[in-house]
Amino acid sequence: MTQPGFGPDLAEVFGPAHQDGGPELVQLLSPEGERVEHPEFSFGDELSDDQRAETVRGFYRDMVLTRRIDVEATALQRHGELGIWAQLLGQEAAQVGAGRALRPQDYVFPTYREHGVAWCKGVDPLKLLGLFRGVDQGGWDPRENNFGLYTIVIGAQTLHATGYAMGMQRDGIVGTGDPERDAAVIAHFGDGASSQGDVNEAFIFAASYNAPVVFFCQNNQWAISEPIERQSRIPLYQRALGFGFPGIRVDGNDVLATYAVTRAALQRARDGQGPTFIEAYTYRMGAHTTTDDPTRYRLSDDVERWKLKDPIARVEAYLKRNAMAEQAFFDDLAAEADDLGARLREGCKALPDPQPLSMFDHVYAEQTDELVAQRDGFAAYLDSFEGAH
Amino acid sequence: MAGTQKVTLAKALNMGLRKAMEDDPKVLLMGEDVGKLGGVFRITDGLQKDFGEDRVIDSPLAESGIVGTAVGMALRGYKPVVEIQFDGFVYPAYDQIVCQVAKMCFRSQGQTPLPMVIRIPFGGGIGAVEHHSESPEAQFAHTPGLKVVACSNPVDGYWMIQQAIGAPDPVIFLEPKRQYHADKAELDESATPDPLFRSRVVRQGGDVTVLAYGPTVKTALKAAEAAAGEGRSLEVIDLRTLSPLDMAPVFDSVRRTGRAVVTHEAHVNLGMGAELSARITEECFYSLEAPVLRVGGFDTPYPPSRIEEDYLPDLDRVLDAVDRTLDF
Repeated sequence: MTQPGFGPDLAEVFGPAHQDGGPELVQLLSPEGERVEHPEFSFGDELSDDQRAETVRGFYRDMVLTRRIDVEATALQRHGELGIWAQLLGQEAAQVGAGRALRPQDYVFPTYREHGVAWCKGVDPLKLLGLFRGVDQGGWDPRENNFGLYTIVIGAQTLHATGYAMGMQRDGIVGTGDPERDAAVIAHFGDGASSQGDVNEAFIFAASYNAPVVFFCQNNQWAISEPIERQSRIPLYQRALGFGFPGIRVDGNDVLATYAVTRAALQRARDGQGPTFIEAYTYRMGAHTTTDDPTRYRLSDDVERWKLKDPIARVEAYLKRNAMAEQAFFDDLAAEADDLGARLREGCKALPDPQPLSMFDHVYAEQTDELVAQRDGFAAYLDSFEGAH
Repeated sequence: MAGTQKVTLAKALNMGLRKAMEDDPKVLLMGEDVGKLGGVFRITDGLQKDFGEDRVIDSPLAESGIVGTAVGMALRGYKPVVEIQFDGFVYPAYDQIVCQVAKMCFRSQGQTPLPMVIRIPFGGGIGAVEHHSESPEAQFAHTPGLKVVACSNPVDGYWMIQQAIGAPDPVIFLEPKRQYHADKAELDESATPDPLFRSRVVRQGGDVTVLAYGPTVKTALKAAEAAAGEGRSLEVIDLRTLSPLDMAPVFDSVRRTGRAVVTHEAHVNLGMGAELSARITEECFYSLEAPVLRVGGFDTPYPPSRIEEDYLPDLDRVLDAVDRTLDF
């Protein structure tokens, strides 16, 4: 149906809504673990068979260990060792695919759920737990791994990512043709965040300045209790066009596809061709956080349907069917995951509480006399209890 | 006449919202997750089911959008009650609140007043991650055109939310989230409530006046109880309204006690305590036996939750200030 003067109907342009991501979804590995060809994206063409198998095993290991971090942290919260935990269950492929596409010089601006990207960037998962335990508000040095602090205010980091990318432009490390030097930024956010003004302003700035940034949106279908339909009437990736840069929808549960698409988008950015929007189409299998109860607002049928698309199971099937991994690999990985779990359990409980007076540190880079006086007053107050109890 | 029942603050607010929606079909609720989920604190639990999706609106995840569209609905004659999910998430809407909501009546020379309510769960003490424990009240009380109130208990919650919805001006309605599910109180729906913009003496005493609102009212009452055991008599005033301030009961009290301590979770620097102290000094100068003291959050960002109890004013810090004002 065409409305005179207003162009074609939305449904004509975008097609009907598809429960499974629709035909535009880039997929390279089916939920059953079968390789799928795509006309524009491929995985591992430049690699030998052995290299390809090794790379896939690496992805698999990353996803298994990422899930283990998530499972352990969820259990630690249940046992009162963490105040809260933001689960990523089901989103391992989106995060590992994106994380492994990064080069060391690339910079990540995460939400508070990017545990898998943090893992790929080499951030000790124990440091992630500190924030959720309440002993700090981000215990890692962002410069060490080019991995920014978790951002809790929804979408704010997309502007930071854009500005950081603009800085890279000015530093002359974009489009030089030197693969060791050219750099890009990836901004993570979710479907809910796509409604925020900050995110839309980030799109405007990135397009206007042709900033080397990849907007990586994990559409996990839920913003706490609100389904994606509350945020957008068209597929999210289609919005990019209106801002003036390409958008693409990838199977977020397919690590090969998220890797291939993110790698290509990052290369575009490093080459000076500007921003890309990637919609990683996935599903939040768990709750929003450990304080949320999704049974109040969504059907278990959906969850069951998405279980069949599990990002880890499909890679396992692929590896086994094609004899790309020995049993010893799986056994060793299981042991490694157990070791990681034990380390996180012990390490989390051993994280020391901060000293009360530490709250006065680092409010400013240059401490003020006023705040010193306030700290000293509080110290004297605390000392007055010495021996009183 | 309805009987009385024991309710939590969360339940009382839910009942108050329900009553306001029954009484006035123009009342709408809007916010993130307020519909099917009933809000992350369950304050709007069951209301979408009973009043429908046109009146209990799950909004896109965008605070400026929530408040900005609520302005439009208010201009259209509706009475929007918006929920900001957590205090720390109000800032994307800050521009709309300060530049638009607060000034609409003035700019239109009274032609288009803007009756709407912005509910904000505020304060700490729940072991949350950052941006979930803020006390931004002074930033709104500082803004002409906004009225700002804070409830401290279930009975006030029930009445004050209805009165705020009925008020002709925009009201920032602060709810002490730590108290949502903490204590129950006897609610008599047939009672006659105090007016909205009135402070209230909640414990009488003669030695020191303690001013509190929202979450620190309970702290002040506990301090008064402890002080009584040491022979010191504290008068506790629940301010209830932060803009406008209702100073008459405060001045009456301070003229009798000669001493005042203000306590709030917000940072002390330029917090409500500063304004209260100035006004008390202006009006009660010759009655004062000691400077007005302030007990609040330190002038640091809200710290990691493992040390939040050190940051928050507690019974001991209030008593310490009481000692200092008596020893002055």
